[in-house]
Amino acid sequence: MDLLLIKEGFPLLSFLIFLPLVGALVLLFCHGETFARLWTLVITSLTAICSLSLLSGFDPASSKYQFAEAYTWIPRLNINYIVGMDGISILLVLLTTLIMPFCVLASWKYIQQRVTPFMFCLLTMETAMIGVFVALDFALFYIFWEFMLIPMYLLIAVWGGPRKAYASIKFFLYTLAGSVLLLVAIIALYLKSGSFFIPEMMWQPYSLVFQVLVFLAFFLAFAIKVPMFPFHTWLPAAHVEAPTAGSVILASVLLKMGTYGMLRFCLPITPDATMLLAQPILWLSIAGILYGGFTALAQQDMKKLIAYSSVGHMGFVTLGLFILNTRGIEGAMLQMINHGVTTGALFLCVGMIYERTHSRELALATGVGKYMPWFVTFLAFFSLSSFGFPGTNSFIGEFLVLAGTFEHNTFLALAAIPGAVLAAAYMLRMLQKVVWGGTANPDQSYLKDLGVREIVVLAPFLLFVFWIGLGPQPFLDLIHTSVSTLIDQLHHWQQQQQVAAVLWY
Amino acid sequence: MVILPELVLAAGALAIFLVSLSKTPSAQMAKAVAMVFGFATCVAALFAFQSQGSLFYGAYVVDQYSQLFKALIGSSLVLLLVFGQNLKGIDPDIRPEYYLFLLLSVLGLMMLVSSVELIAIFISLELSSFALYLLVPMRDDRTGSRAQMEAGMKYMLFGVMATGFMLYGMSLLFGLTGTTYLKDIIAFLAKGGLQPTVTVAVLLVLAGFFYKLAAFPLHFWVPDVYQGASNETAGFIATLPKFGAVALLIRFLTVPTGHTEFLIELMAILALCSMFYGNLSALMQKDVKRMLGFSGIAHAGFIILGLLALDRDGYGVAIYYIAGYVLMNLACFLVISNVSKEGENVTIEDCNGLYKRQPVLAFVLAVGLFGLAGIPPFVGFMGKFMILTSALRADHVLVVCLAAINTAIALYYYLSVVKAAYTAEPGERPQVDVHPAIQLTGVVLVLAIILLGALPARFIDFASTVVQNLY
Repeated sequence: MDLLLIKEGFPLLSFLIFLPLVGALVLLFCHGETFARLWTLVITSLTAICSLSLLSGFDPASSKYQFAEAYTWIPRLNINYIVGMDGISILLVLLTTLIMPFCVLASWKYIQQRVTPFMFCLLTMETAMIGVFVALDFALFYIFWEFMLIPMYLLIAVWGGPRKAYASIKFFLYTLAGSVLLLVAIIALYLKSGSFFIPEMMWQPYSLVFQVLVFLAFFLAFAIKVPMFPFHTWLPAAHVEAPTAGSVILASVLLKMGTYGMLRFCLPITPDATMLLAQPILWLSIAGILYGGFTALAQQDMKKLIAYSSVGHMGFVTLGLFILNTRGIEGAMLQMINHGVTTGALFLCVGMIYERTHSRELALATGVGKYMPWFVTFLAFFSLSSFGFPGTNSFIGEFLVLAGTFEHNTFLALAAIPGAVLAAAYMLRMLQKVVWGGTANPDQSYLKDLGVREIVVLAPFLLFVFWIGLGPQPFLDLIHTSVSTLIDQLHHWQQQQQVAAVLWY
Repeated sequence: MVILPELVLAAGALAIFLVSLSKTPSAQMAKAVAMVFGFATCVAALFAFQSQGSLFYGAYVVDQYSQLFKALIGSSLVLLLVFGQNLKGIDPDIRPEYYLFLLLSVLGLMMLVSSVELIAIFISLELSSFALYLLVPMRDDRTGSRAQMEAGMKYMLFGVMATGFMLYGMSLLFGLTGTTYLKDIIAFLAKGGLQPTVTVAVLLVLAGFFYKLAAFPLHFWVPDVYQGASNETAGFIATLPKFGAVALLIRFLTVPTGHTEFLIELMAILALCSMFYGNLSALMQKDVKRMLGFSGIAHAGFIILGLLALDRDGYGVAIYYIAGYVLMNLACFLVISNVSKEGENVTIEDCNGLYKRQPVLAFVLAVGLFGLAGIPPFVGFMGKFMILTSALRADHVLVVCLAAINTAIALYYYLSVVKAAYTAEPGERPQVDVHPAIQLTGVVLVLAIILLGALPARFIDFASTVVQNLY
């Protein structure tokens, strides 16, 4: 347990996990739509503000798990309630807590029916999401991981679009089917190591066959969540049918859980299998980047377009993770945050158009620029960010990933370049149509520009687009120690293996 | 007073018998009496929780093991009586008899978990079963197809056959050991020199309880009986008898057979067959009760998987699992019996838009089904998780993987009901009005499902200690 820096005094992480849950329980007893909206906003904002204090207490020079809390839970199976946070999870936790108030604001008018249950789902969702990122006990992790499916399912199934039944059930089945073998792998690891404490499972001398099997079980679950090509088919359906807040949560936070899982579990628990299987996964990532780009180019539905662009962007993230060097992993980490910020904002933009025109068809949203100058300004910046324009956040992320890839394998990096070009092509195509359109634009004169609430929602995203784009160092500092420790351990492991191999022969 | 709950039940059955004797038997009266004695049984079972004793020349033992099961049976009975109080599918004229046989069947179950002698076991089991056989055809013949008669016949004929197997097995055990006391049988067989006949005998006895548990290959009665019996009766069949089955399965699995390996392999195969058969068949069902029947077969497979480890941890987990399973099934049947307007069967389409028609019931249904599907934080997940752990600890990797895949298959049909309740439009279907007491029962069930799932440690520890004392 020396890996944990136990936090004395106020249990901040538990507070962050359970505050939304308590807020949700209050909603069970208090009805009234305005109250539900305000209450959820207050709770999510409070969580966000409290989570900021993580930054001041976080020691970026340490690779230990900080703010840790440990309580026994089910002693006979050695399951404990252990939470903690390191450089890999801190940004993701902050992303989650900070994005939630804006999800509430974005649903202020969008959700008109059954407001209280909607807010209930959002709050329980937040509990589960924070839990996933800070759980250090595998059983606890799995509980949050699976529980999350229920509120997300309901968000799509109850408040979704016309094909909500299909989309929600596909989402649920896909993700659950992916994670059943994860459960078996977790139990198998427990039986080997004697506890569910995640750091104790890392860097253990498991046999290669065992590692490969565990890795495959992990990979299936996480790849579906990311989603990696060819496991991505649930994503466009779910995105298109989900309400705006659901799309934002899905894109900004849920997808990151897959890549977080790969980094947190696959690499340190099954290092040999990771190195053995990295090559095919890298090529799958390339396939995802290109496939996502080409498919996005052909979409008429804006949400679908962004959904497919997510497949491409997440391809960059997995590419960065599996080239297994510091630049790549840091780039991938940053790209996870970037994607959360940019794609979340893009979904919010589409949601705002949808509230006005009740359509997400690109053809019906042409020429909006004339009547909604504020809106298209935001949209333009987010689109630029989405294809990695220099000065925006994604540029830094993609640059680091590509730099890492060139270090690893030039051929691979060259194969990823067209993806970046494609991103520019599909985003600019959308931007051009929305801002100017053609000669036969539909009559958009009835549209009103963004209100104050909507500008308040979008402005912070823009702030982060430029902050990360122009001054990424503070963000990289937070993750650097954990990532470089991880890489050091990996190199150390590799050397050990080589020595062992030499001694063996 | 060690057998207080049994006495209360017997008194209750007699009281209802007296009610049924009057020229114009009052359904209200019978209900009231049944309720009072049901609650009294539950209280008595909790009251007698700590008592110990041995009666009838050691054939009947009251220990922590039996008292745990009696408490579980008693509390489930109360929940069942409360939410099934309307008995919509039963003709008011025969409701006193219905309650009479219901209480007698529960009495049989309570006696069953305390019996440690072959004849006593047989008598209690038959008391419980025959009362139950009579409950099935008591449904009124609204459809005119007499499905309830068919169901009753099937239930009885298969039941009698299974009892025949069990009796044959018992006779073999008696012939081999010269005693009918389980303790002496175990002591005799533990001395060694075992013949293969012991395995055959134990398997035959187990068959009788597999029938109660609805495990493959003794599951044939399940779908038709669930569908043919009235909603409340099906709710009873799906829940309480499983306690008896698990209690006795654990008792008989402690009998040394000398062919443990073979027994384990056979049980693993039966567990997998149960799961695949149950889950794959459930995928295609339209009738919710029939679907729950198939899902019950699949869950029986899971319970057998828990017993597979043949150690006290596995048994403790199996008890935990069955307790959770009964809670979740009660939640589902609570919804079914109250969504059904006049006691007819409920199809998945009948649940359409339940969320708008009766939000509380929809929530209870969703929790029950998500729990059965094994989603955290409900008790179904913890049970599944523990069972998979204990099976994997015993090195049944393939079995565990296939079982895990089964949970993914099962999700589809559970979800299809939740989908109907939450996403489909209600259409012409009317509001569902339910009594506040029933809503409260639903909430209690939901809380129990969540709490038992989130804090399983104490229950499992207790169950395992209790099982430990069996040896």
